[in-house]
Formats: sequence, C-alpha cells, structure tokens
Amino acid sequence: MSKQNTENKVYTPNANSLLSANNLTCIREERVLFEALNISVCAGDILQIEGPNGAGKTSLLRILAGLSQPYDGCVYFQDRNIAQYREVFHQDLLYLGHLPGVKDEMTAQENLEFNLALHGLASNTAETTLAEVNLLGFEDALASHLSAGQHRRIALARLWQSNAKIWILDEPFTAIDKLGVKKLEQLFLQHADNGGCVILTTHQDLSLPAERVNKVTLAYRFY
Amino acid sequence: MTQLSYRAAFALIVKRDLMIAFRHRDDIINPLLFFVIVVTLFPLGVGPESTILSRIAPGIIWVAALLATLLSLDRLFKSDHRDGSLEQMLLSPHPVFILVLAKIFAHWLLTGLPLILIAPLLAVLLHLNESSYGALMLTLLLGTPVLSLLGAIGVALTVGIKKGGVLLSLLVLPLYIPVLIFATSAIDTAAMNLPYSGQLAIIAAIFFASLTLAPFAVSAALKVSTN
Repeated sequence: MSKQNTENKVYTPNANSLLSANNLTCIREERVLFEALNISVCAGDILQIEGPNGAGKTSLLRILAGLSQPYDGCVYFQDRNIAQYREVFHQDLLYLGHLPGVKDEMTAQENLEFNLALHGLASNTAETTLAEVNLLGFEDALASHLSAGQHRRIALARLWQSNAKIWILDEPFTAIDKLGVKKLEQLFLQHADNGGCVILTTHQDLSLPAERVNKVTLAYRFY
Repeated sequence: MTQLSYRAAFALIVKRDLMIAFRHRDDIINPLLFFVIVVTLFPLGVGPESTILSRIAPGIIWVAALLATLLSLDRLFKSDHRDGSLEQMLLSPHPVFILVLAKIFAHWLLTGLPLILIAPLLAVLLHLNESSYGALMLTLLLGTPVLSLLGAIGVALTVGIKKGGVLLSLLVLPLYIPVLIFATSAIDTAAMNLPYSGQLAIIAAIFFASLTLAPFAVSAALKVSTN
C-alpha cells in the first residue's frame, strides 16, 4: 500500500499492483466519506481498512469490488479500469459482504455448491470444503435451521476453493468463534503467500505478524 | 479457471430458483389461488347469465392474470436482495443479462405457466365462447412472459426500497396495458369468428421486444438499486 501524490495528470496504474484505486471520492447522504483516496494493493498484501462506524469502510469495499460507483476516481484491476472490464475483473475477485448470501430454503451443501458453481468452480468438492469450516454433519440441514455463525461459515467456505486473486472481505469474522478466526487468518496468510491479496475490514485485532498487514485508516468526517 | 458457458449459468440459476420455490410453495400457490378466486367470484357477483359472462370473460381472465402476476413479482429479486445473494450474482463473472433472463424465465415457469394451464378451466366457468379458446391460450402464451419481463424492470428499480409495493404497481401497470388491450381484443374478435392474427402479431412483437430489451434494462436497474 502506498500513498501517492495526486496531481492533475493522467493516472497510469502501477504495473505491479493487482488492484489500485486512484483519487477515490465517496459521498453518501451529502457527507463526504473520503476524498482523493489512493490505494494500491500488490500480490502478497493483506490490507486492513480501519475506522469507526460510519467512516465509509463498507462503501470503500463496495467501490473496490465494483458494486458501487465512486463519486470521483477510478479503480484499476492490474492496468484495466474495472468499469470497462467487469467480467475479467470479477473472475479474479471474491467479495463477501455484510450479508452472507445464503438461502434459507437450501441446505448448507446446496448453498455452497451453488456459490461454487456460480463462480465457475467445481462444485463436487463442496462436502470436503464444508469440513474445513466445521460444518460436517450439517450438510443436509436447511440453512434456516443454522445459526448466524454457521451462515457465515457457509459463505466463507468458498475461500478454501477460490482461485480468485483478490479477496475483498467485509467483516469476515462477524459471528465466527476464536478458533475459526485463527484458521481464517492462516488462510489469508497462505493466500497472500501464493500471490493473492486480501482486503478486509474488521474491528478485531489481527494476530498476524504486523509486518504482513498494511493498514488504511478512514477517519469519521463531520462535513 | 473453469468458465461456465452461458447455457450452464442459465440452467444453474433456473434450477436454483425452482428448488427454492418448491421448498417455499406459498409463493407458487398464492398467485394461482388469487387468480382462481377472482375469476370464480365473478359468476357469483354478476349472475350466471351466460350472455353477460361470455361477453366479459376475456377481460376478467386477463385482468386477473395481470394482477396475479403483479402479486408474485416481489419474489423475483426481493429475497435475493435481502440475503445478499443478488450481490453475489452481480459479482459473478457472467453477463448480468444471462442471470436476469434465467430468473425471469424461472418466474414465468412458476406463475405464467400455471395460469395458462388453469385458464381454460376457468373459461368454462365464464361461458367463454367456444371459438375463443384458441385465442385465449395463444394470447396467454405470448402475453404472460411479457408480464414477467416487464414486471422484472419494475422490481429491479424498486428492490432497494423498503416498501415499494405501491410504487411497483404504478410503474408496472401502465406497461401492462397494451398487452391487456390487444389480448382481450384478440379474444373478442375470435368470438365473432373473425381473424385475430393482427392482434396476435402485435402481442408477439411486444413479447420479442421485451425479451431482447428487458434483461438489459433489468441489469442496469439492478446496478442502480444495489449502488
């Protein structure tokens, strides 16, 4: 992660960065959440976005994932603007938002199989993947009968199968127990070591080595 | 990365939506029951005289079908929006219009198709003119997909709004009116044993126009709604 000076010149994204944002501005309800924000994430980076509630962490992640449009500025995947190369970008993106995207009417396994298939991954490994997130024995339970933490685990299970380079995770540890958090942190580290990058928000302190985790702090602005 | 073909992605979404609907049967039964109740109440309200009933039958069946579809539209994107699966679909590496088209097709299978299947039975209740049955079935076959396609635009626009029910009706009903006019006119014409291919051609034109254009409008609307 590096802060760059913004001058009025045509921005060319750093060739090494997987995902970079140039001069991002986000305005919600007539309040400027952040202005002229530059972010660049390279392979091997783990980027934690910090800030109080309402500072715009989720808005930033949604903009980076291409779900929301920024008021100003652009997001680049490698050297391509994600607004123009949506499908290419989304092949290499795994985004998990506040909502787990788990259907109550389907079983844990059906949910995971659908999620994997939708993103072009082999769905026949769903059962072994559920074991990774401690959901063995719950494969055939309807999601409506599972707890909030288990819902999130179904969504997170995709991480174990994903071959997307960029992971954008909004509060991935919500409702996850301590052991689960440890396991996820190890997975993030492994993913970064394999040439991926992780962008996440969390209010918990990560127990990862400090030199591995970059931080961006968004301040709450009253204007 | 193994890439899903368009057809596989389409089939995946349709299969999922059908599975969810069959586990949550109220969603299928409610619009159908509404359709049956509205149509069966008319002979009781208007009286069993066959001349009046057969005169108003096309209108009753079509208006009831239209309202039943409107009743079922919410299911199209609302619950997916609420639990975050819509976001995941928008983030999948497939063109959004394929996914949207699959969802609309599943919606039609679950509402349009049952309406078509039960309509001839209800037409008997209303003493529909014998020569009109063909026209009724053809207009429903071409018209109900239009209801799903145009309705999807309205749902996509209002999906982010907590209580968008009234707004949805206001947005969608005017778009349904051409279909209603030409469908009932075709059935009336058929009752007089006159050719009704003109009206049918117009409904077919509306169907193909909405089939090709509505998925793009829906994808654009969904992007705005989830912004």
